[in-house]
Amino acid sequence: MAHDLVEALVHMKEKEALSIVEVSLEGGGDPNDILASCSEAMQIVGERFQEGSYFLPELIMSGEMLKKIAAILKPHMATQVASEAKLGRVVLGTVRGDIHDIGKDIVGFVLDVNGFEVTDLGINVPEQKFVDAVRDLSPGVLALSGFLTIAFDTMKSTIAALEEAGLRNGLRVIIGGGQIDETVRAFTGADAYGADAMAAVAYTKEMAGAK
Amino acid sequence: MPVAGEKSWNDLSGPERRAIRFAKWLEPEGVTFRDAEAKAAYKQRVSRLIDAVELEKAPDRVPVLTKMGFYPAHRAGLTPYDAMNDTDRALEAWSRATIELQPDGLISPLHNTMPAKAFELLDYRLYDWPGHNLPKDAGYQYNEDEYMTPEEYDHLIEDPSDFLWRVYLPRVVGAYEGFSILSPAYDMVELPFSTAHIGPWGAPHQKDGFERLAAAGREVGTWAEKVFPMIAQMQGAGFPDYWGYATKAPFDFIGDSLRGTRGVIVDMFKKPEKVIEACERLAPLMVRWALAHTTVDSAPGIFIPLHKGADGFMSDEQFRTFYWPSLKKVLLGLIDHGFVPWLFAEGGYNSRLEAIAELPKGTTVWMFDRTDMVEAKRVIGGTACIQGNVPLSMMHMSTPDEVTAYCRELIRTAGHGGGFILDVGANMESPKEENVVAMIQAAKQYGAYS
Ligand code: B12
Repeated sequence: MAHDLVEALVHMKEKEALSIVEVSLEGGGDPNDILASCSEAMQIVGERFQEGSYFLPELIMSGEMLKKIAAILKPHMATQVASEAKLGRVVLGTVRGDIHDIGKDIVGFVLDVNGFEVTDLGINVPEQKFVDAVRDLSPGVLALSGFLTIAFDTMKSTIAALEEAGLRNGLRVIIGGGQIDETVRAFTGADAYGADAMAAVAYTKEMAGAK
Repeated sequence: MPVAGEKSWNDLSGPERRAIRFAKWLEPEGVTFRDAEAKAAYKQRVSRLIDAVELEKAPDRVPVLTKMGFYPAHRAGLTPYDAMNDTDRALEAWSRATIELQPDGLISPLHNTMPAKAFELLDYRLYDWPGHNLPKDAGYQYNEDEYMTPEEYDHLIEDPSDFLWRVYLPRVVGAYEGFSILSPAYDMVELPFSTAHIGPWGAPHQKDGFERLAAAGREVGTWAEKVFPMIAQMQGAGFPDYWGYATKAPFDFIGDSLRGTRGVIVDMFKKPEKVIEACERLAPLMVRWALAHTTVDSAPGIFIPLHKGADGFMSDEQFRTFYWPSLKKVLLGLIDHGFVPWLFAEGGYNSRLEAIAELPKGTTVWMFDRTDMVEAKRVIGGTACIQGNVPLSMMHMSTPDEVTAYCRELIRTAGHGGGFILDVGANMESPKEENVVAMIQAAKQYGAYS
């Protein structure tokens, strides 16, 4: 069963995946096992994305299937699943004035399957919200996404706000998205720029190791 | 459209039609040239663009165009709000941008000065605009959502216009809400059937919708009376217009406007045949859309922004299955009508270059943003004109010297032999003026083909 579920998910067969979940629950299957299969499948989807055989459609479709499975499982979950030990925490968000979230979501997904605890603040995130999240969660890495040219300025002001709040020291800031490049990194005062989600993972891993 | 000589428009081939469009482009209807110098400059610029497009010979020098959003307003001290609320000042700002920057084509006000009042009156929900859910200094923004349900593919496929009029528009534009209770237009062909169609027009709430439509129409009319003469005036000053109209890739029409990114992607897995069928159904309509707005005198370019087929959006196989076949039909259809599809490949198109190479030589222009221009030149340089791609980050943050150096290198590597137009990668909103000047100057100073 577990293997079939992983297969169905990896091959984007939603109907099949949902029916496996339902049959398993009717037969008294453990929701935690189902969740474990889901995360195994997502691991594989993430790997395929990283090697370039899966693209945005597979990531979005996986997300859709997981949402549905989560909804089926919810009433069956008596206790919270203990979250496994994570490599480190990352706060992620699309900066103020910008609502592009496709690239950001991919970054979040890939960081998550690579073992990081990701807190996604969403889109059009004001400076203060980043400041509050960094203060409350003390992440090792802050990942800012932006696709518009106005994001150059709001990335800069976000980093300045962190500085002002005395939170910049020891925090690693990586930026990425559409028009962002090394020139923008220098302008905003970020520590790194990443061209894609894999760059975000490589950088975050490096920083986690460096600690 | 009758044409001098014996053949009528219908009997002409694509290349013949294009030759006629190009000839008319060189001698534009309804344009009074400021003086002989402006007329000569106009002709020289059009010839330069034609040579770059046709790939038959290198132009006299690399043409330079300037993709921009609200930059003309910005540089004149106006906000996007001003641009959409004060037509006179906006048009003055757009005229000044063309006259002062002197690129090889006019900087068109058509897509940034539309009157906000009209959208307000209509309760147009597909976008927010400055002063309407957005600050005055922000540009307009599309509100992507699932405006069509997955169950509605059949209606769309069977009768796209009926679907748009009676289902889609009432959902996304307040003033069209009353259209949702109308019956299909087929009723009207027989008097005894027609009452079913006529009745709903009289429903009490229709009146409000009609009044708002009429008022919005008048706003746009007032604007159009100013904007089109201004465009003719810019042509008269020596700056050609190059886009007669626009259209979209069928997959984007569905993915951007109807189902949204997430929606269309889920459909690719759950109902792939419907997505493909809908794209096929829309392909000839996307050609007709451009035809409906143009005459043989219109500028020959048809602008096509490309969104959801870029690198990263889908695999090559998915691109070949869902995106490219119907887009290719649109392109071949436009080419057959003598148009020059002028595509804006937003993002990266590195993995799609081979597909572009299938198109007929010298019939399209590809504007690239994050595509590797050297590779583009290598793969499609013999097929299509390429345009781009100075990064926006550079226009915002670098020095003019750096911009000049970058452009020189780009001209050398992507411009050799012709078939190249220098431009930025994506729309400029608030770049440094001196960098824009440096880019335009680079084409003039270092772009000569001898
Ligand atoms: C899809 C899209 C939209 C969708 C967004 C849907 C959504 N939910 O995100 C919609 C239609 C809503 C939209 C709206 C607008 N958009 Co838009 N949009 C795009 C488009 C076509 C694709 C962007 C995208 O999602 N790519 C897919 C991702 C997966 O690709 P990717 O970039 O390779 O992703 C990787 C990297 O970016 C990186 N990454 C991303 N974030 C981060 C963060 C970190 C830390 C790291 C390390 C890496 C990283 O990792 C990703 C995964 O590998 C681009 C053009 C293009 N093709 O790039 C324009 C574009 C970004 N948009 C643009 C514009 C102008 C707009 C609008 C103003 C248009 C309008 N008039 O409505 C509005 C603005 C809304 C707003 N306030 O943000 C311009 C920006 C240019 C500029 N001058 O600023 C672009 C470049 C198009 C253009 N015309 O030139 N847009």
